[in-house]
Amino acid sequence: MDLDSQEQILKLSERHGPSSLVVIIGAPDPEAAEITAETVTSGDPSYAGVLAGTQLGLDVYHILEDEIRSEVPDEVWEDQIGIMTDVLDGSALGSAVAAMRAQAVGASGDGDD
Amino acid sequence: MLKDRQVIALGERDGISGPAIAACAEAAGASVAFVATECFV
Amino acid sequence: MADVITKGPVVTAASQVLAHVPSLARHGSKPSRELSKNPEVAAKFLASLRSFDQAVAYAPHQSYVGALHPRQLPARPWTDAGDGRASRFVAGGELMPEHEFLGLLAVLDGAGLFTVGESLADRAIDSLARHPLAKHLGLDLLDKARGDAEAMAAAKGGLAVHAGSEAVAAAMRAGDEADPSLTAEVLLENLTTKATATLALLRLLVDHDIDPASIDYVVGCGEEAIGDRYQRGGGNLAKAVAESAGCTEASGCDVKDFCAAPVPAMVIAASLVSAGVFERVAVVAGGSMAKLGMKFQGHLKHDLPVLEDVLGGAAALVQADDGASPRIRLDSVGRHRVAAGGAAAQIMEALAVEPLERLGLATTDVDDFATELHNPEITEPQGSGNVPERNYKTLAALAARRGDIERDAIAAFVEQRGMPGFAPTQGHLASSLCYLPHALDRLTTGDARRVMLLAKGSLFLGRMSQLSDGMSVVLERNPAR
Repeated sequence: MDLDSQEQILKLSERHGPSSLVVIIGAPDPEAAEITAETVTSGDPSYAGVLAGTQLGLDVYHILEDEIRSEVPDEVWEDQIGIMTDVLDGSALGSAVAAMRAQAVGASGDGDD
Repeated sequence: MLKDRQVIALGERDGISGPAIAACAEAAGASVAFVATECFV
Repeated sequence: MADVITKGPVVTAASQVLAHVPSLARHGSKPSRELSKNPEVAAKFLASLRSFDQAVAYAPHQSYVGALHPRQLPARPWTDAGDGRASRFVAGGELMPEHEFLGLLAVLDGAGLFTVGESLADRAIDSLARHPLAKHLGLDLLDKARGDAEAMAAAKGGLAVHAGSEAVAAAMRAGDEADPSLTAEVLLENLTTKATATLALLRLLVDHDIDPASIDYVVGCGEEAIGDRYQRGGGNLAKAVAESAGCTEASGCDVKDFCAAPVPAMVIAASLVSAGVFERVAVVAGGSMAKLGMKFQGHLKHDLPVLEDVLGGAAALVQADDGASPRIRLDSVGRHRVAAGGAAAQIMEALAVEPLERLGLATTDVDDFATELHNPEITEPQGSGNVPERNYKTLAALAARRGDIERDAIAAFVEQRGMPGFAPTQGHLASSLCYLPHALDRLTTGDARRVMLLAKGSLFLGRMSQLSDGMSVVLERNPAR
């Protein structure tokens, strides 16, 4: 993930507290989505940015996951996402991010946030 | 889940862009705290 | 007044070149930041660079220089399927080996900043003297660039270029070591862009027998921005390229629009011709050194060679209708308006669907769509997926929504009107410009009637806006044919 984005996310996490934040990813490739999700949960796997070794444990979803889709009004969804649901592999992207979410919950134990 | 939460929109040019994610999140009642779009080509 | 009515613009010729530069790959932005952190990674990187023969045989490179239509590419992996009979020279293009290219840098360095060591200078002169463009290259300048490259590299602000071994073969020095816009790294980047663009323009002029003095204007659309600390990106590398290629009567300018720039550059060139301002306008682009090795980590992880080891160059000639060449339909220009929305489908709608609707055409009236033709073998190992395939799927989904095709014909649309990506990941070259030599073939000797060039640019990377940009234009078979 972009190094500047990592800094911004760290600042937001410190300012608002991790539990008020939700990260929504728009990556088209499951591997890239997974790395982004990993960065905001368990830390930057490339060890390049400030989130290296930082377990923020943020709540993270891919935009195409049902949890997000179900909360966006249809008209807005059609405008902003529309046919991209046909182009991108929503289930693979969703599973990649969900796996990171589950791993992070497992790793952070209880009462983390 | 999104209502009244702060959203970090991490878009990608080739998938769903940051502004598109932000528009969806706002319409779902969230505030958008940060928007970025990455480009890997 | 009939004499002021100008004929519509056409593209008469296009040339594309690649310089194979394994030793410059380490100076790409990503490797230059990563290799110094870990000696093991650096060693693996250097051991994973390709030979020139491998680079020539690599099928996507043959497509880039125009020898192989992308739909005729063999099945992947292309790294295994090299054609040993492939040639470095093709009509209108070539692949240049590193020692020749470093010699070319010395020839084109007008500021005396690039020093070539004795052994490289001998080898480059020997080789370039036998090059088909030799008499256009001013090889005497190469002799003047001879010197102690090692000492130059060791001096303050110097940058070493190692060719083929760990010995310093050449060196760049800073234009002004206190000016961040004129460091040796920045100037080497700019000089490689100038050299690849010049090589492409020379091939265009020489191979198509075009008088350099007949070129009125040169529009540059490369991604590099030249300038000094007071005007970073001040520009006009195009005129430097015109000078180097002997276009004595030309002036020029650079068009900046990230990866999208080639299409606005073509449209501006065509508009200048259409308005009668100039008769002959060349559009040129050089390669991006910063993007060399950008995805090397993915390549090494998958035991692939470092696939981003080439710099591309491109040149095309736009002039008034000659009764044979493909026409640039200025009434077909699609642009991404500020209010059009930044979602991928909205961008594609603005660029591909809106202009066709305006002309009363369907998506199926276009034979070939040239979009962002990044080679997927380069992007996939780093988790960036298949960029052209996603573009074509988006386009096909829009075509189905419009009713141009049935939903079950989406895959066929992608296969027939799209194509595999074959360009090096140097954004602007991949952005439809790389298809131009093939488009000209298809619209003249081939059976295509229309080709759409469609480019997108990541404007948001400059942090001044969250917007993207893009432009499209249709090329059409000349009705006189």
